[in-house]
Amino acid sequence: MRWNAIASALGAALLGACATLAPAPKKSPAVRINLDPYPSTYQRHPGAVTVVRHATIFDGEGGRIEDGTIVLANGVIQAVGGPGTPAPAGAYEVDGTGKFVTPGIIDVHSHLGDYPSPGVPSLSDGNEATGPVRPEVWAEHSVWPQDPGFSRALMNGGVTTLQILPGSANLFGGRSVTVKNVPARTVQGMKFPGAPYGLKMACGENPKRVYGSKSNMPQTRMGNIALTRATWLKAQAYKRKWDKYYRNGGDMPERDIAMDTLMGVLSGQILVHNHCYRADEMAIMIDMANEFGYKVTAFHHAVEAYKIADLLAANNICAAMWADWWGFKMEAYDGIKENIPFVDKAGACAIVHSDDANGIQRLNQEAAKALADGRRAGIDISEEHAWSWLSYNPAKALGIADKTGSLRTGKMADVVLWNADPFSTYARPERVWIDGALLYYSDNPRLRPVSDFELGQPGEGDVK
Amino acid sequence: MIRSVIALLLLAATVPAPAQTIAITGGTVALGDGSDPIPNGTVVIRNGRIVGAGPNVPIPPAAQIVDARGKWVTPGIVAGFSRVGLSEVDLSGGLSDDRAANSPFSAAIDIAPGVDPNGSTIPVNRADGVTRAVVAPNTGKSIFAGQGAMIDLGADMNPITRARLFQFVELGESGGNTAGGSRPSAYILFRNALREASELSRYAPSIASSGSRTPDVVRDQPIVRNPNESREYGPNAQRSEDVLLTRFDAAALVPVLRGRQYLLVHVERARDILNILQLKREYPALKPVIVGATEGWLVADQLAAARVPVIASALNDLPASFEQIAATQSNIGRMRAAGVQVAIGMIDDNDTRFLFNERQYAGNLVALIDVPGASGVRWGEALAMITSRPAQILGLGNEIGTLAKGRRADVVVWSGDPLQVTSSAEIVVIDGVQQPLETRQTKLRDRYRDIGESALPEAYQR
Repeated sequence: MRWNAIASALGAALLGACATLAPAPKKSPAVRINLDPYPSTYQRHPGAVTVVRHATIFDGEGGRIEDGTIVLANGVIQAVGGPGTPAPAGAYEVDGTGKFVTPGIIDVHSHLGDYPSPGVPSLSDGNEATGPVRPEVWAEHSVWPQDPGFSRALMNGGVTTLQILPGSANLFGGRSVTVKNVPARTVQGMKFPGAPYGLKMACGENPKRVYGSKSNMPQTRMGNIALTRATWLKAQAYKRKWDKYYRNGGDMPERDIAMDTLMGVLSGQILVHNHCYRADEMAIMIDMANEFGYKVTAFHHAVEAYKIADLLAANNICAAMWADWWGFKMEAYDGIKENIPFVDKAGACAIVHSDDANGIQRLNQEAAKALADGRRAGIDISEEHAWSWLSYNPAKALGIADKTGSLRTGKMADVVLWNADPFSTYARPERVWIDGALLYYSDNPRLRPVSDFELGQPGEGDVK
Repeated sequence: MIRSVIALLLLAATVPAPAQTIAITGGTVALGDGSDPIPNGTVVIRNGRIVGAGPNVPIPPAAQIVDARGKWVTPGIVAGFSRVGLSEVDLSGGLSDDRAANSPFSAAIDIAPGVDPNGSTIPVNRADGVTRAVVAPNTGKSIFAGQGAMIDLGADMNPITRARLFQFVELGESGGNTAGGSRPSAYILFRNALREASELSRYAPSIASSGSRTPDVVRDQPIVRNPNESREYGPNAQRSEDVLLTRFDAAALVPVLRGRQYLLVHVERARDILNILQLKREYPALKPVIVGATEGWLVADQLAAARVPVIASALNDLPASFEQIAATQSNIGRMRAAGVQVAIGMIDDNDTRFLFNERQYAGNLVALIDVPGASGVRWGEALAMITSRPAQILGLGNEIGTLAKGRRADVVVWSGDPLQVTSSAEIVVIDGVQQPLETRQTKLRDRYRDIGESALPEAYQR
């Protein structure tokens, strides 16, 4: 969006120059850099026109329909409504009596593919821990599409979209990638069409531990902040050079792929996903964003988000959280089970995330824990509202809420049919559609994706 | 309703609690022995023990009544394998007592003094209904980690239910790495260790002379006495010159060799499980218990035939390593169907602090019943896997894990079905004593429930 604006401004400037007819020194016009050199090749898979009737529907934006109907066709949601909702003749009918329909779960924090199974050193590709400032690395260049974890997230977790991030060893960990949870030969074949990039940042213990132990900066939290600020200063200077070039043309500045990413953040095209546990550190990162003119889209892990829920709401920042993780390191020591509902109650954007190849299979249960703990703390939360923590809010944080994350007519048909109330521990996905294609059906063993890695191994094609 | 129930029990707790007779009435009672839950059941507690539990249990006239209508009542959760109480903060947060990476000792290490009942991992899990836990050390430089305990999570300074209950050994990938780089090396180290123990065992006191216990009790409760008092250290206890173990470590393995102490063996791969069954044939007195067993379903019949029990990770379904290639959540269901005795444990799964997930894991095994092609576990058996089964596997089935008459009164009143993650523990009783459910977490919750509503900073609110 912003790039288009720059390009048209540039066009206008050139026209103006011609109109004067003055023999100005000739500058070659600016050449636009390809911002999408590894483009998505994902194509939706074929799907039958399908209608699910008599199900309880959580629409992902807080709505609930009893005896609901949903119609999927041509990859999108055609209609959502009550029992009288019409469906095209010949549609494949699914009886949803006693079952639940929800938007597919979106995990805003995953390392599937870059820390895949098996967790052997050869496949450990999540942290470029060779320097604390590594915005030049892109998670998609590490993602192994054959990670068996993708299929578990689909079949057991009902996860249809996920953001894969670099790890948190670095202050600037690199670019994230948002993918559809579809098996593919290449990562490009999974990339969510039109999803913006994210930048993984980290504060706190991890960077200072990783580099402090090597006697490199940062060794302290103040070192974390100093190095991060210094890097943003460089990025601002880099952006000024490019802004000028796009305005005036001339010699193209030297490209730096690390600074390209940071310039993308400063231009508002790349969303900041900031690993940060402690409340006081999140507040510092908010000030830093204001200092350099960018926005933090979401704090990830945010174990102390409940202490600054008001600040998160006022700054329109999402918090992606676990339901009950705590204490495994010092900055997680103050974790409480009401973190998610307290953030939600403050009016901030609350997200349930996994950061874990097992947890991603039970995000609905994590939301159920948070819902129950919130209710016990006296907060009135409905199940249909709590589902926004699992699909619509993460879609917002990924910049794709106009495309998926809720059951609205015209949106991508990323839908799960659960065999029971998904806030029950006894519920499992019965069917999962991605862009209207049925990619999992518990009753059909042929619809269990098996990665190349698992082919020919004990347990190939088993229930998992 | 909830508040009044708790208030009632708090009143009861003002009387010397263990002596008080308490009747918990009207709740859905699950005994923990594998049976189905009983609607409108009664649980009677006196002197720290269960007097009776079930549908038609008479209520003693003087009993303090706890109204549990609408609630569920079960034995406390027994975590089948954990490192709870051994570490306050796992990563870069000071000393963790689970692993002695540079210790000269291994099998001789006794985990008991490392368990801190004041550590935050104890109250947080207690508040979620975990009343007992198997606590194991981690390995340092040897395949033998040392001796683990059964503990309780009560709010007192006596956490140890049974010290030196088992020896813990790594014989899979981790063991292979520790043993110098291969599984075969780990096995020869293991056999050598038993050889050294065998040599020392000539100087060990016989079972008959080991104390006042009758032989039957010793057989049922094969717990080693304090090895620091063992005659195996005496001046007359001779050893060969080609030894690898310290005298303490070799002496600590004597009870393992004699079957007086359980041997918990961590392996995941099917082949490794069969190797352990072979060891049992080689050393018939061994009492091995397999921990982990991700691929157990591939050799479930052999496990059942050998009567070797398993403390399994419940939901491993990823080929996380080359010893877990066949991982599936149906593992436990399939082993159980084959007749293997199975409990749920937490090995390598946030085992210092997330014991409260045991009931979620059990619930997920129930969920598998409705997944076509999967092997689930009935509700009653799933509860047993986190209550009585770990107790039975470690010879403590007559003490803890069910609500049968005479068992220690470890009882939890839940807001609902405890295998639902939405349910919570409302009353927790350990050894007949009602437990506080307040934690750092609940205090932080209360402090930050309403931000900015008080005149002074949060630091003044508690």
